[in-house]
Amino acid sequence: MAVNMHPPEHHTSTGLNHRKLLMWTFLGSECLFFGSLIATHMINRNKADLIHGLSPSCILDIPITSISTFVLLMSSVAMVLGVAAAERADIKQMRIWILATVVLGIVFILFQVYEFMAFVDEGLTIGTNLFGSTFFTLTGFHGAHVTIGVIWLLSLLITSYKRKDLLVGNPLNVDIAGLYWHFVDIVWIVIFTVVYLVGAIGLECTEVGL
Amino acid sequence: MVAANELIGGVLAKRPVATTGVMSWITTIDHKRIGILYGVTAFIFFILGGIEAFLMRLQLASADSTLVSPEVFNQMFTMHGTTMIFLVVMPMGAAFFNFVIPLMIGARDVAFPRLNAFSYWTFLFGAILLNVSFLTGGAPNVGWFAYSPLTDDTFSVGFGVDYWVLGLQVLGVSSLAAAFNFIVTIINMRAPGMSMMKLPVFVWMTLVVSFLLILAFPVITVAITLLLFDRLFGTVFFDVSAGASPLLWQHLFWAFGHPEVYILILPAMGIVSEILPVFSKKPLFGYTIVVFSGVLIGFMGWGVWSHHMFTVGLGPVANSAFALLTMFIAVPTGIKIFNWIATMWGGSIKFTTPMLFSLGFIAMFIIGGLSGVMHAVAPSDLQQSDTYFVVAHLHYVLFGGSIFGLFAGIYYWWPKITGKAMSELLGKVHFWLFFIGMNVTFFPMHFLGLDGMPRRIVTYAGESGWEFWNAFATAGVIIIGLSIVAFLHNVINTARNGKKVGADPWDARTLEWSIPSPPPEYNFAEIPTVKDRDAHWVEKYSQGPDGRPIPKVQGAAEVAVAEEEHNIHMPTPSYYPILLSMGITLIAGGLVSHISVSIIGGILSLFAIYSWSFEPATAPDASESTTKEGAY
Repeated sequence: MAVNMHPPEHHTSTGLNHRKLLMWTFLGSECLFFGSLIATHMINRNKADLIHGLSPSCILDIPITSISTFVLLMSSVAMVLGVAAAERADIKQMRIWILATVVLGIVFILFQVYEFMAFVDEGLTIGTNLFGSTFFTLTGFHGAHVTIGVIWLLSLLITSYKRKDLLVGNPLNVDIAGLYWHFVDIVWIVIFTVVYLVGAIGLECTEVGL
Repeated sequence: MVAANELIGGVLAKRPVATTGVMSWITTIDHKRIGILYGVTAFIFFILGGIEAFLMRLQLASADSTLVSPEVFNQMFTMHGTTMIFLVVMPMGAAFFNFVIPLMIGARDVAFPRLNAFSYWTFLFGAILLNVSFLTGGAPNVGWFAYSPLTDDTFSVGFGVDYWVLGLQVLGVSSLAAAFNFIVTIINMRAPGMSMMKLPVFVWMTLVVSFLLILAFPVITVAITLLLFDRLFGTVFFDVSAGASPLLWQHLFWAFGHPEVYILILPAMGIVSEILPVFSKKPLFGYTIVVFSGVLIGFMGWGVWSHHMFTVGLGPVANSAFALLTMFIAVPTGIKIFNWIATMWGGSIKFTTPMLFSLGFIAMFIIGGLSGVMHAVAPSDLQQSDTYFVVAHLHYVLFGGSIFGLFAGIYYWWPKITGKAMSELLGKVHFWLFFIGMNVTFFPMHFLGLDGMPRRIVTYAGESGWEFWNAFATAGVIIIGLSIVAFLHNVINTARNGKKVGADPWDARTLEWSIPSPPPEYNFAEIPTVKDRDAHWVEKYSQGPDGRPIPKVQGAAEVAVAEEEHNIHMPTPSYYPILLSMGITLIAGGLVSHISVSIIGGILSLFAIYSWSFEPATAPDASESTTKEGAY
């Protein structure tokens, strides 16, 4: 994943920048990556052993995850504003909004760390059953993508101080990072819907007779 | 960290400057050199995979043979399949993508030259990682499609499966990077006037293959990641006792595996679509329909994967649906074959070596295609599944198809790549030995399969009656071996005293023949403007009233080449692609047994990524490269 920091020099057949087209094809590829992981989860979640006599999906805390989902969505708003500022060559605003995106991204990751730790406390680990294996692998890979995004945006932020020349008048570097960030966000919306919301449909999570 | 230094002070590490010698090859980002590296590496692995096959054939030549132990035999068929698919046919295709595509579309390089170098080195290191397993106590031995639950740590102790998984991960990174690169190159770097429907068919097929790669490889990546997690971190994805379904592996694997089949054959179809018109002196018949058939194959390739799973019991509805779709995919394939035949119809055909290999391709691929349709009939497949009939089928399409097509490409573009003509006599000796050897080897496997001989058995009893055809098949391998000797003799002979050729020895049709052989570093002194399909041909010939070509007076193309243009900015070589490849391979290799190696690999990768990011594609202080003959 090369973040080539130099302005496009060449005329292209479509008028689209090479690197932007590269990012789009990469994201197309990522769709199949997450699609396969999500499909694996959907196939396996109802085959898992019960935990404390309950379906493992009962462990999911939808209110808390709704908050973290909201945080991640807001990070996309910040990202949009960051890209817009970069396009206006307003470097101050750009720094503020990239920083906001980074902070919101980190908050989301902290939510995820908290969630993982809480699940482990309740006895669900990656090796417990099929639900644990697919859940931790899927959301773990998503978390890794968010982490890479945070590192990428932080790198851009530092670059904006140390090598301003690479960003001023060249919004593409921020634009492409933005594409990646929005994609990771959209993937989370699918995961939240399919794993958390759809997973909760028809669940009986009260422990009867215990 | 140097990367941090660069970030702070803008101090760029010195760029590599060597233009000859080993260092120049290690740091090269020239698509032509990378193409040559791909080709040579793939050929070495072709020999290795061939030796593995020969060992198996020797073992099977006689009944109750004990030449090769069952353990070694399992490793041989696993590594033979994996090697031939991932280390031979795919990279040999990549060799042509690299060398030819930019020349065909009138570009000076690919869109991302450093990413291209990265693809090659990652492929090489991934291939080495896969084969290192032979030295560290046991290569993968679970078949090239590695069905679960055989691959779980309960049934496969030792590191063989880990090497297989991690080797494929690294190779996947390489294939994905290359595919992204070629999609962007083909869509974005076409010469002025070259609309999509003026692209040579080989370029179109490369585009389709690249899309198949970027969509199919993530699926296998997920499958082998799940398997890796099962083996390393104790997950239960394929643990039947935890309620897992082993079918998940099969679905994920073949959802990748069937598009992969088209990834292997479409480049060969593209090559043949270039060669037939040249040696028939006619344009390709039905260009549009050939292109759309290729695209349609690409789409339909996603809807047929379960025909690899007819025997697992998916039920009559699924079996019927996949059987129908599989038969239907024979339609675009058949269309292509008819168009190739129609291209030759009424042409003035020259039986050169590349033409012979192309014709061999068509003939062998028809046989393989027909047995493929036989497999599509689910009840019939129940009889054929896991027998030598399948082995015969897949070798007719992969050996008779892909390998013949790739050799056609080698003979066709050899003069362009090296500037020297290969011996036609030795080429024909190669072709006929190859053609006979291949049929002697694989045709009897149809009989063996229909007689019930299962795949992947180390030996069989004498009373089975299979000995004669098995010995016959083994004799065929020796003929194939002799043909490869003829090829190597031809290569060495050509290198020593091959006749120098001009820009266009075949009187060919596409842009790569409008520039000198071998092409200079910058390819085109002046980027051509394309007016029509067969861009080079229309510069040389106009069409007479009877449809026959009339030579134009002194081709305008020649003049364009003679024109010198200075101040061409070429991308500067770089150290970072190979460093990042090393880093990624160390991460993967370390996961087998030494996590500390992975950490070193991670640090190296980070360093390489950051340094690469802040390194300009063309060094600002690079002297403007003036027009000079490319020497390598």
